[in-house]
Amino acid sequence: MDIYLDHAASTPVREEVIQAMLPWLSEHPGNPSGSHRLAREARRAIDDARDNVAALVGADPGNVIFTSGGTESDNLAIDGVLGAKGGQAVCSATEHPAVLEPVRDSGGMIVPTDATGRIDLENLAALLDSIANISLVSIMMANNETGVINDLDMAADLIAEKSPGSVIHTDAVQATSWLDVAELSKKAHLISLTGHKFGGPKGAGALVLRDGVNLSPVIRGGGQERERRSGTQNVPAIVGLGEAARLIQDERSEVNKRVTKLRDKLENGLMKKISHTNCTVPNGTPRTPGIAHICFKDIENESLLFLLENQRIYASAASSCASGAQEPSHVLQAMGIDPKTAEGSIRFSLGRTTTEKEIECALEVIPKAVEQLREFG
Amino acid sequence: MARVMVAMSGGVDSSVAAALACESNNEVVGVTLRLWGGESDSGCCSVSDVDDARRAANALGIEHHVFNLGDDFEKHVVSPYVEAHSAGLTPNPCIECNRHIKFDRLLNRAKSLGFDKIVTGHHARVVKRKDGTSRIARAKDEAKDQSYVLYMLHQDQISSLHLPIGDMTKDQVREKANSLGLRVATKPDSQDVCFITREKGRADFLGKRIPLTPGRVIDENGVEVGQVEAIELVTVGQRRGMLLAGGKEPRYATNVNIETATVTVGTPDQLLVKKTEFRDPIWSEKKIKGEFLVQTSAHGKPKQASVEDGLLTWEEPHPRVASGQSVVFYEADQVAGGAIVV
Repeated sequence: MDIYLDHAASTPVREEVIQAMLPWLSEHPGNPSGSHRLAREARRAIDDARDNVAALVGADPGNVIFTSGGTESDNLAIDGVLGAKGGQAVCSATEHPAVLEPVRDSGGMIVPTDATGRIDLENLAALLDSIANISLVSIMMANNETGVINDLDMAADLIAEKSPGSVIHTDAVQATSWLDVAELSKKAHLISLTGHKFGGPKGAGALVLRDGVNLSPVIRGGGQERERRSGTQNVPAIVGLGEAARLIQDERSEVNKRVTKLRDKLENGLMKKISHTNCTVPNGTPRTPGIAHICFKDIENESLLFLLENQRIYASAASSCASGAQEPSHVLQAMGIDPKTAEGSIRFSLGRTTTEKEIECALEVIPKAVEQLREFG
Repeated sequence: MARVMVAMSGGVDSSVAAALACESNNEVVGVTLRLWGGESDSGCCSVSDVDDARRAANALGIEHHVFNLGDDFEKHVVSPYVEAHSAGLTPNPCIECNRHIKFDRLLNRAKSLGFDKIVTGHHARVVKRKDGTSRIARAKDEAKDQSYVLYMLHQDQISSLHLPIGDMTKDQVREKANSLGLRVATKPDSQDVCFITREKGRADFLGKRIPLTPGRVIDENGVEVGQVEAIELVTVGQRRGMLLAGGKEPRYATNVNIETATVTVGTPDQLLVKKTEFRDPIWSEKKIKGEFLVQTSAHGKPKQASVEDGLLTWEEPHPRVASGQSVVFYEADQVAGGAIVV
């Protein structure tokens, strides 16, 4: 039995989603930009998906821009706003590289975080006071490595007070599964999300705008998505994204309750069974239900992941780079965690399909693997 | 059935080594080390090399993992390389990588993960001796022989090592890769130091990390005969790269003084020494004294010398060996030990 504890990397595509997508892979050839009936069918399908995504985020459907996923949405938000407005971008140190890189490349500023990895509001305030031409502030809703949730409302109030012209972007990619994105993002102007983190297919995401935000396009061409993202839409994947967005809303509270219980069981079990083991995130920090981020003392996470894989348990450490190697985590570094401790940390991420039996099995396997490595080391 | 971990660089040698390990009915897992995040022509570190290794592993039907030992590589290989140049020494980063990364960190990791042996694509052989000990021996392909860079291996490391391509010529390795349909069959051999690009070179790399000092070149009488752009880049025995005025005879660096930023040049005769001091000797089994064939560079011709405590006495006068270089002691074609020149 494969025990998949890497839902924060990608989730299994839901059966309902596959069924919704299939006709758009097999029966309907139309290009949604065309004018005939088959084209209009495709157009209707993506507009239905647009309605679902708009409802999920609490936005106007006309402000949903379909993209290829989270990275493109984040890039479009930052480069698009800077392109339209000029000025400087600001983000927090624990953002995903899809935000950090464009902010850095455009000469923007990175705000340090506190020990939980949440943006430090005093630092943010000082920065907003000291720089006049800030045009965009990007603060992720929930972190991809730790699941820690930023207080977006407080940050937004601060930004509105100190830098009223600034646009607020939030990367909600890791939050969509677990949090009421519409409620939490009501003070944000741009919201990124992607389907494969909540039961949809890879290759379809969205950048959602609030009214009045101007974006200059990054990908130019045929003028699709109201001139904001050219290129023929990935109809099957967008249909899948829409279906996943529709499904997630109704069941969120039930799934959250169940997954939180399983995650607590995993965390408490690991800490009880294995000495010198603790949760990376300080107790009481607001976080999503899905992630158990654990530090095992005197362990190299690459070795532990290797042994777990042999037992068909799949997790990850920090974020993987293009080569597939584990990279030192910029998130843990921003939290002030020393490199040695960070090297012994693993992200177990649970999802809607995680079962009690899987967690029980993981609780049998992981302690043995840690013991094997510690005995040797 | 043994469990073996193959260190796969993405090159043809280690890909074929992995293939041969599979043919020997082992349980084989491929591993590529990610060691260097900076610029690289090739070698062991670039994303495209990791891709090549992954593709080779896929073609062979084995699992492939990537281990990131970049911090260790920086600490044990790159930083010491820079410091050595800064101190006027001539380092060998491949030897330090073998010493600290491949046959320390990787070997230990393999053991901790339950593997019996590691396999590499080095052109060298492991030979079993009558007394039960094992040694590194020269490869069948003399031109490709890499036994020199493996001198630091102790018994316990040698006994955990399998070198399947040591009995093959490079042509045979390429033929084998070709017959298996491996894409890397025609991939060029990696050259030089993996973290330095051919285009930008050593001076560019070192110049970003340490100040480079222009130096004076003098002859044996102390008369200034030229200049060098960076004293840190001059190695004893080197001929090129110095702007020398006049003189018909080829002249070589016979001494490098980093403190005074002075290179002394002389004729080949003036480069010759009778003795060479060494430090940090390592022996395959146990310390031995006596006559050996001693090799002073990766592809240099070995020369007869007698080895005592910290001192080599050459049978025939030998060109001076730069400080920091490794000298490797051979008995016939077997590595008995090696050390670093003082």
